[in-house]
Order: sequence, then C-alpha cells, then structure tokens
Amino acid sequence: MNDSKKLPGKLEETDDGQILFSVPFPTALDSEALQSLKGMRPIIVKQPYAIDYIHSYGQDSPFFAGLASRTLLGCQDRESGYTYPNPRGHDMYTGEPTDWVQLPDRGKVHAFTVCHFGSEAFLPETPFVLVLVEFEEADTLLLSRLVGVDPLAASLDWIGMSIKARYLRNSKFKPTDIYFVPVE
Amino acid sequence: MRPVYAVSGGVSKFAKARPDKTFQAVVKEAYDYAIRDLGLDFRRFTEMVDGSVASYFSDHFTRQLMAGIMAQDYLGLCPKPGHRVEGGGATGGICFQEGWKNIASGLMDICVAYGFETMSHVNTWKGNEFIALASDVSLDYPVGGFYSGYYAMMVTRHMKEFGTTVEQLATVSVKNHLNAFHNPYAQKRNRYTIEDVRQAPMVAWPLTRLDICVMSDGAAAVILCSEEGLEELERASGRSLPRVRVTGIGRGTDAMRMADRPHQTLDDFLRLNALPHEREDQETLKYYEDLWDQGFRYPGIHSFRAGRMASKIAYEHAGLSNPGSDLDFVELHDAYTSSEIQTYEDMGLCRYGEGGPYATSGKAFMPGLEYGLDLVDSPVCPVNPSGGLIACGHPVGATGLMQAVFALWQLQGSVEQHFGDSTLQLEGARRGAIHSHAGTGTYVTVSILEAEE
Repeated sequence: MNDSKKLPGKLEETDDGQILFSVPFPTALDSEALQSLKGMRPIIVKQPYAIDYIHSYGQDSPFFAGLASRTLLGCQDRESGYTYPNPRGHDMYTGEPTDWVQLPDRGKVHAFTVCHFGSEAFLPETPFVLVLVEFEEADTLLLSRLVGVDPLAASLDWIGMSIKARYLRNSKFKPTDIYFVPVE
Repeated sequence: MRPVYAVSGGVSKFAKARPDKTFQAVVKEAYDYAIRDLGLDFRRFTEMVDGSVASYFSDHFTRQLMAGIMAQDYLGLCPKPGHRVEGGGATGGICFQEGWKNIASGLMDICVAYGFETMSHVNTWKGNEFIALASDVSLDYPVGGFYSGYYAMMVTRHMKEFGTTVEQLATVSVKNHLNAFHNPYAQKRNRYTIEDVRQAPMVAWPLTRLDICVMSDGAAAVILCSEEGLEELERASGRSLPRVRVTGIGRGTDAMRMADRPHQTLDDFLRLNALPHEREDQETLKYYEDLWDQGFRYPGIHSFRAGRMASKIAYEHAGLSNPGSDLDFVELHDAYTSSEIQTYEDMGLCRYGEGGPYATSGKAFMPGLEYGLDLVDSPVCPVNPSGGLIACGHPVGATGLMQAVFALWQLQGSVEQHFGDSTLQLEGARRGAIHSHAGTGTYVTVSILEAEE
C-alpha cells in the first residue's frame, strides 16, 4: 500500500439516468410512519432498452442472396420433389438435405389480411396487406406483402387472385425484399 | 403412472396493469389463495409441498432472466425442486402437465404449478412486437410481425374454405364476454351485441378489437397431488377434499412458420389425425370425402394439427370416445374468436368446417343466461364458461393455469364460493377439458379433469 495515495471515500455521482431531487418520504420514521409505507403508491420508472444483434441467416443465406438478385429460391427434397418456398436446410419428411430450386415469380393469394394496426415497428406502414402465397410448383406457402390493392376494400375475392413478385431495387436482406402485386 | 389430483387453485385479479406489486407478489396472491382454500396455513403447506413448476412466457416482458426462481424464492419454496417452462401461449398448459408428470411419476406427492405474466411493462404496440418475436425472426416477423395479422389470414382462409362468417366469429365474443360478466376475476365484464363487435375498430381484417383478447398482468397457481398427498393434505387440514382427478393429458406441435404446414390427403388425415368417433361414422367419412373432393387439404392454415393431436392423445388417455357428448364443458384458448371456432373443430366438438355454425347453434353456450341471440340448440358442452381469454385477459404464463383453476372450481361445485355468484356453476359437471395454445398453433396442450364420485 502506498500511504501517500488518497483513496476515494465515496462514489462519483453523474447526471445521467433518473433524477428526482425530492422524494416524498416521512420526515420521522416512527412505527406509524413505517407502517404507512405499505400504503405508498408504487414508484414507476422508465428504463430504455436497445441492442443490436449480429444475426446469421446460416444455411438459409442463399435465399436472401437470391432475393437480392431478384430471384426466389425454394428448397426441394431430392427424392420426393416436395418443395418449400421458405428456405429449409432439411426436408421434414425424409430428413435429408434439400436442394435449392428457382421458383417462378407468379403465384396466387392463398389467404390474406389487412393490418390496420401492427407491432410498434410496423405501425407507420399500416394499413398494409399480408398474404400467404401459393405456387403451382411448391407444396407449401410463402408469407409476403401484397401492394396494388386498396387496403380499405378488402374482399374474400382476393383469395385466388393471380399475383407476381417484385423485388426491392436496393436489397435490405430481409424477406420483404420480395413482395407481390396483382397480375394486370 | 399414479393417479393425479388437482386439489386447489388461486387466480390473481387479471388487470391491464398491476404496478402496485412486483410479479413475485402477484404470484403470491394466487398461491396464498390456493393454500387458504385447502384450509392450511402457509408454514404447514410449505412443509408439505415437494416442489414446483414455474410458468412465464416472455423474458422480454419481464426484462429479467430467471424470473421463475425469483417467484420460487418469494413464495418460500427454496430449496425445494423447481424449474421454469416456456412454450408461448401454451406455457401455462405445459406447466400444468409438467406438474402432473411430477406427481404421476412418483417424483412428488404434492406439487404447485404457478405462472404469471406482466405485460404492462411496455406499451400495447411494443407488446405486440414482443409477442410477434414468437414467430420466425428471419422469415415471418420482418414481413409485418403481428399475431392478429397471422390469425386474420387463417380467418380469411376459413371463410373462403367453409363459408364461415364474421357474425359467427362475433357470436363467440358476445358469449364469452357475457359469461365473464359473472366472473369477478375477469378483466373485461361487458355485455356486447354482434353489432358492437363488428363496429369495434378493425385491427386485422376481418378481426376487430372485440374479436381479440387483451394483454394483462396476472398470475395463477394450481396444487396437484397424488392419492397419498391428498390424504396427507386432508389429515393436515382436518377436511375432506373433493376428488378431482386429471385423467388425461395430451400435447401436439406444428411448424413454427404456418406457411410450412402440410396440405395432407384424406388418407393421411384419416390415418394420422381423425378422431375415433369420426373414423367410425360413415356419414362423417362421406362428409370428409366431399370436403377433399372440393379441394380441402389438412391442416393447411385453417386448422390446428397440434390441437387435434393434443386432443386425440388426451381423449385416448382419459378413455373418451366422443368429446362432444363426453365433456360437460371446455375452457379453451380463445385468444381470437376465430381460434375458438377453429378449436371446436380440432377438439372434435364438431367436424372440420362446421365451427362457424357450431358457434351460433347454442351448443357451446351456458344454460340459463340471456345472450340476446337467437340460438337454435340448447347448451350441450359450454365452452369458456369463465369468459375465456377474450374477457378474462391473457397474462400468458398464467392463462393455462387460470383455465385449470376455473375448471377445478366447476368440478368441485365451488364456483359460487369463489366468484360470489353461482350463475356460472354448471349443475352436475363431472368432466371438463382445458386447452392451452401457443403461437400460430405450434404447441397445444389438452388436459382432462374429472370429478370422482
């Protein structure tokens, strides 16, 4: 120990975070005052929370590379030909690795909704149309957005509508790099 | 496997927000109620209970990892065995069944299953975002992650496939809200009409705000025991406890991305998914042949294969041959009016495609209540006599256990004691089912409870 060095005797305080300069509290802590604390209303504070994740698309990466190249890739079981428009490294029935196949840009609306509200991240985009797309060449569906229909004129007649893929010019490497519009 | 009994339960008042207490203290409300209902004091019960299972869904909502042990600690259960389970909306149902396993396996004689959720820590739309993180964050969530949107797509397909109407959906909302009018634990106790439901703000076409459950803070607890545990509790309390046995449990699963679900042939459906009473009935077989001829494929996105699997296993376990007549009531996961209709079909209360007409028939309504609707049939198997998620609220980790508590009280005949109102007590209820459901139908549990003579 260096006796000449003065060690800090208290924590350094900063001006960040919650600051409430005067907290209502009994001036004398007698038993009655202590008991009264049970009737105190709760202190509720706001705590920000944000984080950036490093997210790998792993074996699904070619799907996103395909979208960035204006190409919809699906996954196919070599033996059965069972085809998923979603990326899937292994087939759920044979357990075998799937092969990448190119899917057509045209499909049909299998189901849809118009979101008038949404999760916070998507609220600015409301109303938007979600669709599940069916392809003649695939056995399952693809979740996507549909534009070019009036979201305020939703109709069950949209189901079965022929639609075609469009791609963002500047890929964001998200599944929204592809979206669909009605076939004229 | 040993017989398992549900002997007691407690539910905190479900509310939009419970800032007055931390989540541990809200769990304690439900836990203490369950102990008191056994006629025991805290210390005596703590000596007797062998362990626990904790249930909560979202680490995002709590912003606290290992919240389960914090509840275990607060309840004074340390150092007894315990663990947390998580399975989306079915977390509570899974928790109940894990408690069942602790008893059935002989590992414990008395086990408490408790669950909670505190969803008020973020605003409603951020909460929707947190819930939507329970969809594939690579492929589904970024497209517009919103559970009401996912369910609304199922609705449009159900409507297109079977002719289901928005008025049929709204009927479920009217029924469940009116049931909850007599349930003091419910978050929403309102009388609505079909018009009210349809004129409520549109959330995801065609689902309006009154087709969808609300977010809640709340907790629930259920005490399960073996025959030996039950006798021990009776000796300690000096009371004879009603015998309500959990006679069957079943679970099913399905693909996380509903787009990936299969579109099976009739042969596969009959081989893998049909219930025995469906396979044995020629008229039903013909009905399904016709459906497939018209292009119906199973499960697609209109049906919950997981719910069917859970039902099938639970019925087989409990020895039920026809759920529509063998069950006196069902508490099922009506996060959406549409999912109640879909679940009628999965649970075999009616055939696939007939959920809409079943909803308006009156068969799923409570006897003796005036709903202001023109119902053709008398009640057969009331569904969500408590008011369900739509009216009671849906604090996710507590919900499946809340259903267990309400089912237990029905079978004990103690609804009046707990609700201060006998309106929702079903006379002579002997057997009920509880159904807990996650995601877009990813995990589903069904458990059967029966009152012993």
